[in-house]
Amino acid sequence: MPEKTLIEAIHDAMDEEMARDPSVVLLGEDVGLRGGVFRASAGLIEKYGEARVIDTPLAESSIAGVAIGMALNGLRPIAEMQFADFSFPAFNQIQSEAARMYYRSNGGWKVPMVVRMPYGGGPGVHGALYHSQSVEAFYAHIPGLKVVLPSFPYDAKGMLKAAIRDDDPVIFLEHKKAYRSVRQEVPDGDYTVPLGPAEVRREGRHVTIYSYGFLLHESLRAAEQLKGEGIECTVVDVRSLKPLDKKTIVEAAKLTGRVLIVHEDNVSFGAGAEIAAVIAEEALFHLDAPVRRLCGPDVPGIGFNHVYEVEFTPDAARIAAAARELARY
Amino acid sequence: MEVTVKMPQLGESVTEGTVSAWLKKPGDRVERYESLLEVITDKVNAEVPSPHAGVVKALLVKEGDTVPVGTPICILEAEGEGEADASAAEGHGPAAGAAPAGSAEPGAGAVTAASTESPQPFAPGQSERGRYSPAVRRLAREHGVDLTQVRGTGAGGRVTREDVERFVAQRAAGAPAPAAPAAVHRAAEAPAAHGAPAAPAPKLGPDDELLPLTPIRRTIARNMVLSASTIPHAWTMVEADVTGIERLIEARGAEFRAREGVPLTFLPFAVKAAVEALKVVPRLNATWSEEGIILHRRVHIGIAVATEEGLVVPVVHDADRLSIAGLAAAIADLAARARAGTLKLDDMQGGTFTVDNTGAVGTELSVPILVPGQTGILTTERAKKKPVVVGDAIAIRTMMALCLSIDHRVVDGAEAGRFLTEVRRRLESVGPETGLY
Repeated sequence: MPEKTLIEAIHDAMDEEMARDPSVVLLGEDVGLRGGVFRASAGLIEKYGEARVIDTPLAESSIAGVAIGMALNGLRPIAEMQFADFSFPAFNQIQSEAARMYYRSNGGWKVPMVVRMPYGGGPGVHGALYHSQSVEAFYAHIPGLKVVLPSFPYDAKGMLKAAIRDDDPVIFLEHKKAYRSVRQEVPDGDYTVPLGPAEVRREGRHVTIYSYGFLLHESLRAAEQLKGEGIECTVVDVRSLKPLDKKTIVEAAKLTGRVLIVHEDNVSFGAGAEIAAVIAEEALFHLDAPVRRLCGPDVPGIGFNHVYEVEFTPDAARIAAAARELARY
Repeated sequence: MEVTVKMPQLGESVTEGTVSAWLKKPGDRVERYESLLEVITDKVNAEVPSPHAGVVKALLVKEGDTVPVGTPICILEAEGEGEADASAAEGHGPAAGAAPAGSAEPGAGAVTAASTESPQPFAPGQSERGRYSPAVRRLAREHGVDLTQVRGTGAGGRVTREDVERFVAQRAAGAPAPAAPAAVHRAAEAPAAHGAPAAPAPKLGPDDELLPLTPIRRTIARNMVLSASTIPHAWTMVEADVTGIERLIEARGAEFRAREGVPLTFLPFAVKAAVEALKVVPRLNATWSEEGIILHRRVHIGIAVATEEGLVVPVVHDADRLSIAGLAAAIADLAARARAGTLKLDDMQGGTFTVDNTGAVGTELSVPILVPGQTGILTTERAKKKPVVVGDAIAIRTMMALCLSIDHRVVDGAEAGRFLTEVRRRLESVGPETGLY
């Protein structure tokens, strides 16, 4: 089986879906001739033509609005926001129209579209304030959307295919630092990974770590490091925020009674708060320590300076330190 | 500056408290509102928060000792300015009563109010002994573990989930569990103080299992020893024909339940009959003292409720002011909260007479032991159909035994017989048309 990067897996998913289903179209800034600024759609315009791979103006509100119109008229659009940071002009279209269409029309109209968004930053990304934000909490708050964030190439391909085939609008978040730094064997050909279930990436009896995005990989590194110290961690890949796999989350919490939630997004009102609340509601009598979050601080973004990048972003060492403290509690 | 902490009043009519555990020792730092000690009163535990931030200078009362409310129990070297004066400290002492009074659940200390300057969750205080996480409490309950017996290996000596699991595993394997130092104080329990002859210490054989004593078990034991060894019990019983009540429940129980949300059972009728009979024989609503017999004007009926932890006796206050429907609701509420472990201290105190529906567990005659401080306890036994003589014919009637134990110092057989006759007469006068409101 060939090893692929996350970005290659995403490319393959779009390529295969467009070949399989002529109603699948791709639109966004530079997705056509340029092949996407991250090269996710390289070669697709040559293969499927300008009618299905559409270079749009720099107007995210219109990208989302056009995609919604396409979806209502029988197509399955993949809208690419060049950076998740740029999705805010499109926020109104997504939250006021796409997300509520099905409810508003009493189930009469569906919006089967995918909005792909490269997000996140961290040391070496140098995305600064406008190219490294984490936006998942904004979208996960909206009823009517699905919000997924695969961290492994295998999941990226399988979940993007599932998202394209899904009848609901799906916000599909791709961590930029994971794009080329994470490799994994990815099967050629068709398979899907369902949108919803979390995945337990490793099991241990002392501390449970929940994460997603690039920090999931840092969490796995921290767990490996802690194993050498006799601290065994369960690591849960919360690859879907909406739907949220409460069952797996609660079971993993019960396993250890000590939980650490790690994400890059600002700590307050982030996905970690929801995960913590689920655990508090459903696993109270299994908790042996306060629930802890290790997240990005509440500042408006990751500064360009390398020192800011390092300071903002939890890494394996800091995750290990937090888990160690929990294990000792 | 120095501040004296006094035994707080943990409930309206609580006059004394037993220090079950100090959570701080001299030299320990304590935050304002952080738990300072655990106090046991009657059947309820409560944690007492510190009125000030500061350092513990001296503990004036030993664990296991019982002292009256207001007794100085601890000296703090308080920090801060305005709030450090002694009057403020006194002002805050009773505030402990405002903290949730805990529940009848053993070991379930009250959670103290969160301080705005509460320490970081990851900087546990010097001593976390006596504070248990939800997971630890659940495990302890499931396995009947007395947590004071478990050695804590967590931060600040906290008992962790794994400590409990290890303790249970070692106990199952028969290995002596490492005892916690704090447990020692509890060894000298009350029996000797009540003059009970010391029995030879029982030995734990290889085929025996030692169930550690929960606080509720200890309290029951203490009360029963106290009652059985100091009160001269006398016992008597009558049989009542409760066919009418049975018919009433049959005829109107479903409608009652639909309207009131609680089932219509025999018990409220028994309580109402007892309350009315107490009005006729007020001597049974009394407390013995060497100065004289204390007659209680108000009637507070203790209702015995069996829970998984043991017998508890929550109280229906002013039961003489309630209708059948009111009694049914009050009893259902107390029983539900007793089983859920959410009784409050006030629910547990002030009883002047007790009714125990022992028939619920199938008994036909009981010889109950009095609650210390009360003069009578009535049991209602299993109702069953019997051939009885009615007039000059034999009829099948539903009969029930009513058993009464009395404090013979306060009353004699005459009052006991009169009381039971009054109860019987009232029960037998109930029929399908009797009012419930």
